Amino acid sequence: MGLSKLNYLYRTLVLAHASHPHHQGKLPDATAQTTLHNPTCGDTINLAVRIDDDKISDLKFTGSGCTISQASASMMGDVLIGKSVSDAQQLIQAFSNLVIGQKISAQAQEQLQDAAILGSVAQFPARIKCAALAWHAAQAILKEN
Amino acid sequence: MDIESIKQDFPILKQRVNDEPLTYLDSAATAQMPTPVLKAIEHYYQHDHANVHRGTHTLAQRATAAYETARQKTAAFINAKQAEEIVFTRSTTESINWIAQGLSELIKPNDAIVVTIMEHHSNLVPWQQLAKRTGAELRLIGLNDRQELDLNDAARKIDSRTKVVAIAHVSNVLGVVNPILKIGAMAHQVGACLVVDGAQAAPHLPVDVQALDADFYAFSGHKLMAPTGIGILYGKMVWLNRLCPSQFGGEMIDQVAQQTATFKPVPWRFEAGTPNISGAIALGAAIDYLSQFGMRAIAEHEQELAAYAIPKLLAIDGLTLYGPQDRHTGVLAFNLAGIHPHDAATALDLEGVAIRAGHHCAQPLMDYLGVNATLRASFYLYNDQKDVDRLIDAIKATKEFFENGFEQA
Repeated sequence: MGLSKLNYLYRTLVLAHASHPHHQGKLPDATAQTTLHNPTCGDTINLAVRIDDDKISDLKFTGSGCTISQASASMMGDVLIGKSVSDAQQLIQAFSNLVIGQKISAQAQEQLQDAAILGSVAQFPARIKCAALAWHAAQAILKEN
Repeated sequence: MDIESIKQDFPILKQRVNDEPLTYLDSAATAQMPTPVLKAIEHYYQHDHANVHRGTHTLAQRATAAYETARQKTAAFINAKQAEEIVFTRSTTESINWIAQGLSELIKPNDAIVVTIMEHHSNLVPWQQLAKRTGAELRLIGLNDRQELDLNDAARKIDSRTKVVAIAHVSNVLGVVNPILKIGAMAHQVGACLVVDGAQAAPHLPVDVQALDADFYAFSGHKLMAPTGIGILYGKMVWLNRLCPSQFGGEMIDQVAQQTATFKPVPWRFEAGTPNISGAIALGAAIDYLSQFGMRAIAEHEQELAAYAIPKLLAIDGLTLYGPQDRHTGVLAFNLAGIHPHDAATALDLEGVAIRAGHHCAQPLMDYLGVNATLRASFYLYNDQKDVDRLIDAIKATKEFFENGFEQA
């Protein structure tokens, strides 16, 4: 098989997000933030969110991680900013289903934008946690909200 | 040694992974089992399975004899003075936890416990907890600029307040053998107890606990070609007699009344409940298997493989090797510039090369090295130069993919 299958996981889009992540940095006026670790590899994400009137008005992340986790955090910011808390929660759930290989609706697929491409991670079970880390952080924040 | 024929003893290695021949380079995490060990487990369950130390019937006698024979083999393997100095546990982690808990009453608030920065979490967190419970101070010995243990720092940190010195015999990341004799001499000079984590040592080099003068020595079966779930806690008889058992119940008691109980002698007083009988028997079989080659020869074989691999690794542009740059045991931790170890490990797996990526349960060491994670290739008796060549080729292909090969193939 060799490395040809890698192309399936590391699409150009994933690599582009990882090398130039969107929404990376600090968010001084955040209303909530959390830090999560991937205990198997020591990767860390610090996610900061600003919620105004039940809507995610901004989101930024810092931390270190592999290509998949960095790309996923970048893509997530694109998806969640501007969404209401409940819409965001539904999309997080859809993403969680997607990366474990479950079918999601065409509408959710579309709303996940670039992040939908990470559905391919389902074929790399050891890497599902990498893709899900940022989304778990967002889920934790929104649950608290 | 004829590695090609040794490989035939390991059925698991004869498979393809992701359509590539499996190249197993993760024995520092867990070692594969040879047919004689697998057969010993099968034989036990097909012919001798019974509970130990409590039956009068024939199977119970056979099971007990096999279990106690495994204890004798283990004692001989590390040159313990007597078989009674070998306690069977679940793992190295459990062995060290039992030592740390069992020593609780001997540790006072003003005492110091000394470990090293390169410890696996299993030889750090139990001591953190002991320090927290007792109010003792936990000190960590650092590294010198060769990324070996800094003996000057050790001399500063081991002082008259020190009650325990706990140290890895072989690092699971840096591939160094620690100078146990020197550290032990410092510890014993001040009357401290010397605890050695032998998880990465006992499977790979000759261990003589009497020559090392270790007060306790812990290791695991599963890194030594035995199954998971069997661990070894060696202690000098004088220290085992001082150690309080961590678990109580069946098997470990002498007499039980309604309100009180007395315990069996060492080592049985530590083995509460039905032990891992088949695990112990398999451990004995693994020791027999390794002994036919001899631990000296196994250590030399792995060091030769490391010596073969190191220049090839260092020749790869952007590769950082951790630990000394010349001599290594069969553990090689490294990183590739610009490629996260998890991404690299996925790529290597697609080439059939199984290596570890992560912090290797040594986060303080990762912080010390200034990384979040590393890749780690580790060798055992069944690896040869061809495995190293496959690793090197796969690393080159991985670099090529992440640096130049983004287009869809």
